[in-house]
Amino acid sequence: MAGNNPTPTEYIQHHLQNLTFGNHPEHGWSIAHSADEAAEMGFWAIHLDTLGWSIGLGLVFMLLFRKVAQSATTGIPGGVQNFVELMVEFVDNSVKDTFHGKSNLIAPLSLTIFCWVFLMNLMDLVPVDVLPMLAQKVGAMFGADPAHVYFKVVPTTDVNATLGMSLSVFALIIFYTIRAKGFSGFIGELTLHPFNSPNKLVQALFVPVNFLLETVTLIAKPISLALRLFGNLYAGELIFILIAMIGLWQLPLHFPWAVFHILVITLQAFIFMMLTIVYLAMAVEKH
Amino acid sequence: MNLNLTLIGQAIAFAFFVWFCMRFVWPPVMQALQERQKKIADGLDAASRASRDLELAEEQANETLRESKEQAAEILEQAHKRSNQMIDEAREQARQEGERMITQAKSEIEQEINRAKEELREQVSRLAIVGAERILESAIDEKQHGKLVDKLAEEL
Repeated sequence: MAGNNPTPTEYIQHHLQNLTFGNHPEHGWSIAHSADEAAEMGFWAIHLDTLGWSIGLGLVFMLLFRKVAQSATTGIPGGVQNFVELMVEFVDNSVKDTFHGKSNLIAPLSLTIFCWVFLMNLMDLVPVDVLPMLAQKVGAMFGADPAHVYFKVVPTTDVNATLGMSLSVFALIIFYTIRAKGFSGFIGELTLHPFNSPNKLVQALFVPVNFLLETVTLIAKPISLALRLFGNLYAGELIFILIAMIGLWQLPLHFPWAVFHILVITLQAFIFMMLTIVYLAMAVEKH
Repeated sequence: MNLNLTLIGQAIAFAFFVWFCMRFVWPPVMQALQERQKKIADGLDAASRASRDLELAEEQANETLRESKEQAAEILEQAHKRSNQMIDEAREQARQEGERMITQAKSEIEQEINRAKEELREQVSRLAIVGAERILESAIDEKQHGKLVDKLAEEL
């Protein structure tokens, strides 16, 4: 909440601003005090809240699953092991259904994506004001103006986070394509598709058109992957913020939206995982 | 909503988590799952084998039961036969014994009759002599007329 009596606009903007640490042209390496300062930092800035929460939640995933993996018995599994095995089998089946090549990477990759994205999305269900307010109190203890302490809890509502993941997936897509079909195969896929002709001259005319179309198709994959997740969660978060602004009436509204959002959270995590598998399967598949 | 270094940080974190999952989480869990799968398959295998064994054993038991019943029937029949035979033998023996006894009795009776005849003859001869003595009124010397008397007794 910016100031004592923030206007709705200020309130929303405050909620949508990340805690940014970066190289400001005037103040040097510092935490941004406003959205403008954060924008002035350009590329050389880090969203501390996004990275902090995403890495923290990643560690939660990692430690939980590692603990189970270490003590995994072949006998009757206990509660947590049951859950982990359920997840692993679910992901394994999804991968086996779609990706028919042999790879030791795809399945763990998918598991990581699903669990991590799910946990990051799950932060959306924490009431919107709780953690930012806590952050403001902590910030105030360190002498910062509470109005300038920004804190965005859900990492997947930051396009950097989703794009970071989808670009990693994009790199894997290209790597797998080249590994399966060779570099010439990759270039061929970009240029000899979807229009081709046995006539060499006509084919030469088709190449630029194909290249344009296929490049757009290729680039659209990571962009759509990132923006789909980002857009869904951003919109959900925004609605939570809007509901939070209407005073006492927010109480009966928060609950149904949260219930509905559980679906979105799970679904988006699943979609991100499934599309990753599909893209990688397409990269490996021979036409 | 600026694109900045967070993107790269996120990508690095992502890569690390994927690597960790691939290296330390996936293999042990998968191994445990596969081992359990194998265990269950083995268990089911053993169960089906055991049920097959049971079936076999039941069949064998039935076979043995059938055989023993047959044997018992055979033994019973033999026993019947043997007892019949024994009864027949006993009957035959009894009949022979009876016959033997009858012939013996018959011969004894004959002997008795002969003896009685002899005695009777003797007594008759003696009576005849006494009668003759009375008639002749003189003693007949037993020694002198012994031959005569014997001849008389034989003729009677």
